[in-house]
Amino acid sequence: MNFWRSVMAIVWKDIRAELRTKDIFSSMFVFALLAVIVFNFAFELRVPDMKMVAPGIIWVAVSFAGTLGLNRAFVIEQDKGSLAGLLLAPVDRSAIYFGKMLGNLLFMLVVEAILLPLVMIFFNLTLLTWQHLLVLGLGTFGFAAVGTIFSAIAVNTRAREVLLPILLFPVLVPVLVAGVKMTGALLDGETFSSLSNWLRLTLVYDVVFTGVAYLTFGYVVEE
Amino acid sequence: MARANRGLTILTIVAAVGILLAAWLALVAAPDAAGLTRDETFAQRIIYFHVPSAWLSMLAFGVTMIGGIGYLITSQRGWDNVAVSSAEIGIAFTLAVMASGSVWAKPAWNVWWTWDPRLTTYTIVFLLYVSYFMLRSAMDDPARRARFASVYGIFAFLSVPITFFSIRLWRTIHPVLFDAKNFGLSSGMRPAFFFGLAAFTLLYVVLLLHRVRLEQTKEEVETLKDAILGA
Repeated sequence: MNFWRSVMAIVWKDIRAELRTKDIFSSMFVFALLAVIVFNFAFELRVPDMKMVAPGIIWVAVSFAGTLGLNRAFVIEQDKGSLAGLLLAPVDRSAIYFGKMLGNLLFMLVVEAILLPLVMIFFNLTLLTWQHLLVLGLGTFGFAAVGTIFSAIAVNTRAREVLLPILLFPVLVPVLVAGVKMTGALLDGETFSSLSNWLRLTLVYDVVFTGVAYLTFGYVVEE
Repeated sequence: MARANRGLTILTIVAAVGILLAAWLALVAAPDAAGLTRDETFAQRIIYFHVPSAWLSMLAFGVTMIGGIGYLITSQRGWDNVAVSSAEIGIAFTLAVMASGSVWAKPAWNVWWTWDPRLTTYTIVFLLYVSYFMLRSAMDDPARRARFASVYGIFAFLSVPITFFSIRLWRTIHPVLFDAKNFGLSSGMRPAFFFGLAAFTLLYVVLLLHRVRLEQTKEEVETLKDAILGA
């Protein structure tokens, strides 16, 4: 499979660049942690049980940190001219999309993997079950699918970093609603099967928007 | 310069007459809804404007998506002109929907606003297309602006049904304030309702044609300016 080999090459390039600089990861993680702590102060005195607001805190922290990471994803490519290099490489444009998308997804998942245990400790919750991880993973997938292409759009505009969240959040509403709802239901001890509608919605979202991004990415990076 | 052709002038007049007639049918000819209080009876008549506006905003954003797809396939500026013109009209009607809805909601629900699925979806739709215009205004190169806006227009429109569905699912545990149609339209109301729908659709077509013409004229002015300054 030549296509997936080029995709993996791009993912690997991003991982190696990240391992050397640790720019994106460190800022994403610290920002997510700060968001959780700020929310702790914002809610703690008024909310009887942090379990009530924890799903919102987790998803907002993940979204903010994700936006921060996505902003960097193409700024680095653009400023160092490596995007031009990627476009010149004899690979399909959609391979570039999937490469960048999987890279962004991976960074977000790593941030979540470290953030989740900390949230567990701070708020005395149980979050490390496969159900929680699946829900978070599916939501993050949708986030990265839409975020990657919007990031490629935003980096080419005058406003750059400022524009990405404005473009991204209205389109992300279904993922956030479903994610908060599912995490909340799991925290309340509801069964996994009761979430099937939400899971289906998130899956539809992931599939539809990955498909649209796959079809349109070529037009976004075209010069 | 493209002058307003006769067809468009006639269509504009027809649309204006149609809207006036629709207003008369809605405000005078249509019978009062049964079983409502006085305020509610008056407010109920917004349905003749509210529903057509809602339908038009969705139609307009759908046309924006089609214009975007057309542009991406053909790279013809005309498609982008249609897309941006339609999005602008769509935003205007979205605001009309929200404003008229509030007028009705106050007597009917006793609040101006509630986080009901439709209202919430409309707020997000409004924000989607505000973002669409912010994106457009953040670029100077027309070809790139058209490309990016086309892509965003596709994402935005496709997200609307998913958003609506998600918010509907989200609200199911709450008491439902009203179901899809808690008052069916009586036969006396139907002419006014459907005539209004048709008149508003025609209004949309006319506005779109005018707006597209404006966009073309703008383009011509740009070209002329370049030609003169470049010489």
